[in-house]
Amino acid sequence: MTATQTAIALWTLVLKEIKRFTRIWPQTLLPPSITMSMYFIIFGSLIGSRIGEMDGFTYMDFIVPGLIMMAVITNSYSNVASSFFSNKFQRSVEEMMVSPMPNWVILTGFVLGGMARGLGVGLIVTLVSLFFTRLNVAHPLLTVGVVVLTAALFSIGGFINALLANKFDDVSIVPTFVLTPLTYLGGVFYSITLLPPLWQGVSLLNPILYMVNVFRHGFLGVSDIPVGWALAAILTFIVILYSIALWMLERGKGIRS
Amino acid sequence: MAEPALSIRGLTKVYGNGFHALKGIDLDVAQGDFFALLGPNGAGKSTTLGVVCSLVQKTAGKVEIFGIDIDRDFARAKYHLGVVPQEFNFNQFEKVIDIVLAQAGYYGMPRREALPRAEQLLTDLGLWDKRNGSARMLSGGMKRRLMIARALMHRPRLLILDEPTAGVDIELRRSMWEYMRRINREEGTTIILTTHYLEEAESLCRQVAIIDHGNIVRNTSVRELLAELDTETFLLDLARPVETLPHLAGFEVSRVEPAQLAVMVHRGQRLNDLFAALSKEGIQVVSMRNRANRLEEMFVSMVEQGSDSAEREASSLEARA
Repeated sequence: MTATQTAIALWTLVLKEIKRFTRIWPQTLLPPSITMSMYFIIFGSLIGSRIGEMDGFTYMDFIVPGLIMMAVITNSYSNVASSFFSNKFQRSVEEMMVSPMPNWVILTGFVLGGMARGLGVGLIVTLVSLFFTRLNVAHPLLTVGVVVLTAALFSIGGFINALLANKFDDVSIVPTFVLTPLTYLGGVFYSITLLPPLWQGVSLLNPILYMVNVFRHGFLGVSDIPVGWALAAILTFIVILYSIALWMLERGKGIRS
Repeated sequence: MAEPALSIRGLTKVYGNGFHALKGIDLDVAQGDFFALLGPNGAGKSTTLGVVCSLVQKTAGKVEIFGIDIDRDFARAKYHLGVVPQEFNFNQFEKVIDIVLAQAGYYGMPRREALPRAEQLLTDLGLWDKRNGSARMLSGGMKRRLMIARALMHRPRLLILDEPTAGVDIELRRSMWEYMRRINREEGTTIILTTHYLEEAESLCRQVAIIDHGNIVRNTSVRELLAELDTETFLLDLARPVETLPHLAGFEVSRVEPAQLAVMVHRGQRLNDLFAALSKEGIQVVSMRNRANRLEEMFVSMVEQGSDSAEREASSLEARA
């Protein structure tokens, strides 16, 4: 394919993915907005007022970045996992496979679609948070950069999950049993400095902790861990997972007999 | 001489469970041909086409599409290929127009070019009025036509139709046949068709290959194949029922119903002799027709022979083991 044809193919796929999740917005965009509003009301306003300060900030200000990141992670992942698996299930993935579109375009198209939903939901949650607090962004570039990279990383993860999945249950196992616990234990609701030294050490093995902390650093200017290391770790994971996903696609894993 | 639209050499496919779906088949389809690939279920038709379309990974062998080796440049080969699969494989929740436009996009076709093409194809196939409806609302026949429109969006030179009229009523099937004939005749599109309706293959195709147990058992023109037909069975509707089976010298006769006989006529036998024998027995015939279509008889006899030899092969393997 020429560069123009490749660009048209990629844009077609991205646009199709965006159309898909906006067409079913009551399932994709509305629920996270309502859930996060509940978090803001219950944890931020009602319970948060009794908790006091966390790392020198009000509890509401502390949890807002974590909750935005949580929404971005779960939505990026589940968008690609469910969309690509649905394509496999309905066999419409064959439309792409019989076309001359390179595998990297297919992968990138789905990843960009997942990022669009993750970042879109992240934006909605950010706007909802403005009803509860005034947001100050200490490092705008870092904030945007880390949320984009995180959305990319989890979109790739969702793609791999969909390639490996044989039934719809397989698509929900990772979000339910891996992503949600790691996100809750990733410093969304607390600073790891509150934990005993042993559990602080264990927490450092949780990759989501790094993303939440860097994102929070972007907003508040404070972080439990070094920002440079965290960014390098996210980038490394993106490169590794993208390569694995592409290799699986080239091998036809889960889609070719 | 122009290279074949499709050239297959030594194509072998062994699935993960050890099943030998293709046992080194060779096949050529000339440019502009209307080609039938026939065979019973599980014979290897869909596996062959799956390899050509990149949906199935071959174990060994070489496939060229208009001279382009798929192992060297599959992307370029795919530009020449349009595929209408056996099962519906589009997102049922998408709009009809979005499905065909997305397919054009996957081939890198700009929207300004894709829109008029989509309008033309959907109009030709009677789907333009349904363009803004969800694909799941279409009838079975409409869904099949949608897949044809989608496959033709990028103007392929080779169109693969895997049972395109399965489950389609006779009237619609005939209008689809006419459409396929038109694109083959007017646009020079090479068409490979698999079908269970042998009448369809006889009516549409010039060349035919019969695949059975992963081997091509015949590859010839439909005309030549029919010329080899040794026997035809005719059904005779009688003016009055017959009590006992009449003796018609030289002909094998069976009674289908009290007022209907089935008579096998071998090559070289004359229908005049049959009618003379019937008259001698005092039997009056009201009407007469072929029991099945001619290609079907040929196909059944070949596949039966193939099954017999496969069984013999299996039992001799068993005996040796």
